[in-house]
Amino acid sequence: MVDPKKKKKKKKPLDLNRRAMPKQAPEVRSHNFGEVALGYPAALAIEEAKRCIQCPKPKCVDNCPVEINIPGFIKAIAEGDFARGIQIMKEKNCLPAVCGRVCPQEEQCEEVCVLVKKEGQIAVGRLERFIADWEAEQGKIEIPKKAPKTGKKVAVVGGGPAGLTVAGDLIQLGHEVTIFEALHKMGGVLIYGIPEFRLPKAIVQREVDYLGALGVELVTDFVVGKTRTVDSILDEYDVVFVGSGAGLPWFMDVPGENLNGVYSANEYLTRMNLMKGFLFPEYHTPIKEHKRVMVMGGGNVAMDCARTALRLGAESRIIYRRSRSELPARLEEIENAEEEGVIFDFLTNPVKYIGDENGWVKEIECLRMELGEPDSSGRRRPVPMEGSNFIMPADAVVCAIGNSPNPLIAATTPGLETGRGGTIKVDPETMKTSKDRVWAAGDVVTGAATVILAMGEGRKAARSMHQFLTA
Amino acid sequence: MFKVVASRMIVPNMHLLTLEAPNVAREAQPGQFVILRAEEEGERIPLSIADWDADLGTVTVIFMNVGSTTNRLAALQRETSIPTVVGPLGNATEIEKYGTVLCVGGCYGIGSMFPIARALKEKGNRVITLVEGRSSYLFYWEERLKAVSDKTIQITRDGTKGYQGHISRLPDILKDIDEKPDRVIINGCTFLMKRGSDVTRPMEIDTWVSLNPIMIDGTGMCGVCRVSIGGETKFACVDGPDFDGHQVNWDELLQRRKTYMTEEVVPLRTSRCEEHRLRAQGK
Repeated sequence: MVDPKKKKKKKKPLDLNRRAMPKQAPEVRSHNFGEVALGYPAALAIEEAKRCIQCPKPKCVDNCPVEINIPGFIKAIAEGDFARGIQIMKEKNCLPAVCGRVCPQEEQCEEVCVLVKKEGQIAVGRLERFIADWEAEQGKIEIPKKAPKTGKKVAVVGGGPAGLTVAGDLIQLGHEVTIFEALHKMGGVLIYGIPEFRLPKAIVQREVDYLGALGVELVTDFVVGKTRTVDSILDEYDVVFVGSGAGLPWFMDVPGENLNGVYSANEYLTRMNLMKGFLFPEYHTPIKEHKRVMVMGGGNVAMDCARTALRLGAESRIIYRRSRSELPARLEEIENAEEEGVIFDFLTNPVKYIGDENGWVKEIECLRMELGEPDSSGRRRPVPMEGSNFIMPADAVVCAIGNSPNPLIAATTPGLETGRGGTIKVDPETMKTSKDRVWAAGDVVTGAATVILAMGEGRKAARSMHQFLTA
Repeated sequence: MFKVVASRMIVPNMHLLTLEAPNVAREAQPGQFVILRAEEEGERIPLSIADWDADLGTVTVIFMNVGSTTNRLAALQRETSIPTVVGPLGNATEIEKYGTVLCVGGCYGIGSMFPIARALKEKGNRVITLVEGRSSYLFYWEERLKAVSDKTIQITRDGTKGYQGHISRLPDILKDIDEKPDRVIINGCTFLMKRGSDVTRPMEIDTWVSLNPIMIDGTGMCGVCRVSIGGETKFACVDGPDFDGHQVNWDELLQRRKTYMTEEVVPLRTSRCEEHRLRAQGK
């Protein structure tokens, strides 16, 4: 069909119909831990891919932390050549099934798509996920050719997104790579933090297995800083990469915070995800059956906690001191939470947790807030309204207000400079730390941020480490 | 996987487990702990290290069979293996030359006190070891403790060995044996540590205890092990496990340890008696 109003009659009209991805219905998914989004079927993926106008100077690539050839892999999908699509993807991204699910594409590639002004931006994330899942369905994963062995040894501290990326990049360049992970499973926040319904653990395992197949040595149950120090590892390895993440939970210093039933988001999510508490007693880590769970905070982690509580049958509420438009979580996650029935209490801040005679939290005392002038983050500052105190019944509180880096490695590694909030200081171009032969990236450098940012900066570190090793 | 080198019940309900964990054995120090998982589906539990052998690469823990995971650990056979032994975690017990040190152990803490007493002795302290229990048949490692102590004392609730009573008798006992320790270190159940700290407070003796709250990762990530020390929240896994016994909020610790009391026993229900009874009654 040709639009008669258009001057250049050869051009096909823009298709602005961003294809929706099938999802489990809210009333169904709020009672199970299966993945919420179901992914594009092939035909729908091809339709979506065909909408891409293949800009000669694609802005999406510039705005991708790992510089994926986005028009390239989308073109391959449009042509039905999925094998080529995944190949192009894996040139830059070794964890596409993960990134396709948890990257904030709306702030990256999709935000700068030329179609965004007409609200028809290409669903890059959904296509990324499609191509990764297609490969997994084929049952055989293509192992790319590795560069000849360099004889150099790389130790990666932490098996999360940054560490997995560094390991994936450096093994392909011919170095020997070992990942040391403190927990009993690789994946870091992908395993202990992000819930099953948003990122199935089998998918993370698939990506980890891929690294294993590439020849990366995977060591779990090994706490660097305790089991062995960075200095001792440097005796045996040429370089060390620290990607230990931001695993130290913040509390709010609210009276009653040590009552039973008050959790950090890390504890609540680790019990559920890493330890599979929702399968108790088949899995042995116990969880409580709560009736009213109050989640403090408004980020993605808070959404994850609230949606988890809902799936366990509780009334689930988000207590946030600002209003909806200031929520730091991804819009998609906020909408999912709302659809499923999470209740939001905006402009509300806890001042006290009140316990029963056995030391269990039974009520929370809150204050109403109003928005004042913008603060340093650019968001309007919440100001408490005098005398607006009120009580809400609750039998569990989850504190999801943020994390900072675990001090264990910095404290046991002389010569490793740290900055604000215990983050490791690095050269922003190379991710090299103040210590000889040690690099760092991810949340341990930036403070709690996103999976893709950790991967992007991990990639920078890998490049610089490779230069050092081959110089 | 970590191989089981030895597994046996050393006194009723108290079990010894020696595991092949060379990385842990190489770095272990008195007062540290490990986190174990008994099975792939298992929970993570912290256990104090009772001994280790860096040359053989083995680590020994002593624990009481009190719940679902300890029950599984207690049933382990030699030459089998478990999926997780990670550590050594926590800070080592501070070992300096204090003068006379009273080392108090009860329950599993008799085991974890052994390497502490040994290190204190090596450092040149006069070491008095005190073991406390319901009855003399619950004492173990007496010879080992004797070998590193200048004096050993027993307290039993039933009077079958040593002094009769409880740790609260400590002031009389010290008068009786004419000793005035410069420092007291207590390992064992929460009540022993609480009461022990209560009696040393008026005597103004520095008292250190090894706290044992619930943990998951043991590296400061989950925060379930938070304890109040002098009004300030600390994570027992990374800030402890040793703390000044006179500063601990014991009621809070006791209460937090009870969090999963009801759930803890669920995996132990194997007989289905209740189900049968209800069915027989037509319910």
